[in-house]
Amino acid sequence: MADGISVTKLNAWFGPSHVLCDIDLAVAPRAVTAIIGPSGCGKSTFIRCLNRMHEVVPGARVVGTVLQEGQDIYSPGVDPVEVRRRIGMVFQKPNPFPTMTVFDNVAAGVRLGGVRDRAILNERVERALHAAALWDEVKDRLAKPGAGLSGGQQQRLCIARALAVEPEVLLMDEPCSALDPIATARIEELILELKRDLTIVIVTHNMQQAARVADATGFFLLGELVEFGPTSQLFTKPVDKRTENYITGRFG
Amino acid sequence: MAVLTAAAAGAVILPLVLIFGFLLWQGASAINVDFFTHLPKPVGEVGGGMANAIIGTLILLGLASLLGLPIGILGGVYLAESRDRRLPWIVRFLADVLNGVPSIVIGIFAYTLVVLPMRRFSAASLREAGLALGVPEWKVVLRVVLPTARAGIVTGAMVAVARVAGETAPLLFTAFGNRFWHQGLDQPIAALPLQIFAYAIAPYDDWHRQAWAGALVLIVLVLVVSLMARLVTRGRVGAVR
Repeated sequence: MADGISVTKLNAWFGPSHVLCDIDLAVAPRAVTAIIGPSGCGKSTFIRCLNRMHEVVPGARVVGTVLQEGQDIYSPGVDPVEVRRRIGMVFQKPNPFPTMTVFDNVAAGVRLGGVRDRAILNERVERALHAAALWDEVKDRLAKPGAGLSGGQQQRLCIARALAVEPEVLLMDEPCSALDPIATARIEELILELKRDLTIVIVTHNMQQAARVADATGFFLLGELVEFGPTSQLFTKPVDKRTENYITGRFG
Repeated sequence: MAVLTAAAAGAVILPLVLIFGFLLWQGASAINVDFFTHLPKPVGEVGGGMANAIIGTLILLGLASLLGLPIGILGGVYLAESRDRRLPWIVRFLADVLNGVPSIVIGIFAYTLVVLPMRRFSAASLREAGLALGVPEWKVVLRVVLPTARAGIVTGAMVAVARVAGETAPLLFTAFGNRFWHQGLDQPIAALPLQIFAYAIAPYDDWHRQAWAGALVLIVLVLVVSLMARLVTRGRVGAVR
């Protein structure tokens, strides 16, 4: 069913500044693809282009082709709302809806999508919380505010919220950068679990994290994709000098 | 430090307590059933009430809220969601100016307008979270952002209502006051602040007492409305429906 995402000649701008330049990249289905690079290299912008979240920022613009399930998500007539339903996203900072309970947070996307049947909602929420490895910790406090959970739990709540609408792809924008090492380890385990059913693209600042979870890794620098390949190869035998400098800590 | 902050908090609360206490002391004796159910007596007669003014104030408040709050809230949403940078600045500036102009509808309009955008800091990340779930923007605003900002909106609306309830000067020229029951919206209408003003400058002791009582009723009215709004929104964990 899933055949990944294929990106061709993708360019993105914030106002006058050209932040992504001719990106070509193929994301494999049911695998984890990591995007690494120094701050400001365009890696967050890149994954935001994959579910049309880049364009919600004032002055932002995208040109190029992003094929998912054989459809160009940027072709005219494609509804960005529909694209985001299929391609979910988790953000850097956990952002549960502050006035909602744990249950309502997870159910939010499903409810707003028009599902009202309580039995369906219960089932979807429970399944999503199991998938996000959070069920055991919150099953007795589903009616408590989601904002009352710990940072790591909140992030897994956000993952559950994204999973509840049953996307085919999950984009993660530095999902662990606000978390401690233990919470980070849990999310990484979770990512490896999730890739059995989902295509995952993760942006990370942390090269060890990319090495631990990703099947393929892309290195971005100044809005360009410098190198892309199997993770083990990129970290052990990089082809490009700039990649080598970055992963050996000589700059960035 | 703790003592200082406590003292500062006390200094802020003290005037309200003093005013309220003084009103109780001066006004409570003139409050009775007649005060809430009867028209003012003709000049020189003792007794009567301010029923017409209380009703008049409620009508004015209701109308002003009906006209002002939707415009204010919608304007605020527009400002918070707008992608343009200059327009929100202009609108906010104009709202601030309007805010300095005492007027009954404008008061409510401007306050809500100014309060809502202050919630923006959280709206940005909420909005993204909602959009990323594949929810149309209007639904995100209506069912996620607005409910989350509800406490702030209610506070803004209450401040506005309280301010409007006590507004006297514009009423002198617009509502004019009326010593009889409500005659229709195209006729002069009674209002508590006006009646208090008229009675307070009159030379009769009985009217002075009634003016105190009127002030007490006005402040209690505002207090009750604010309390109710607080209770309705307090700590409620909302769901999308």
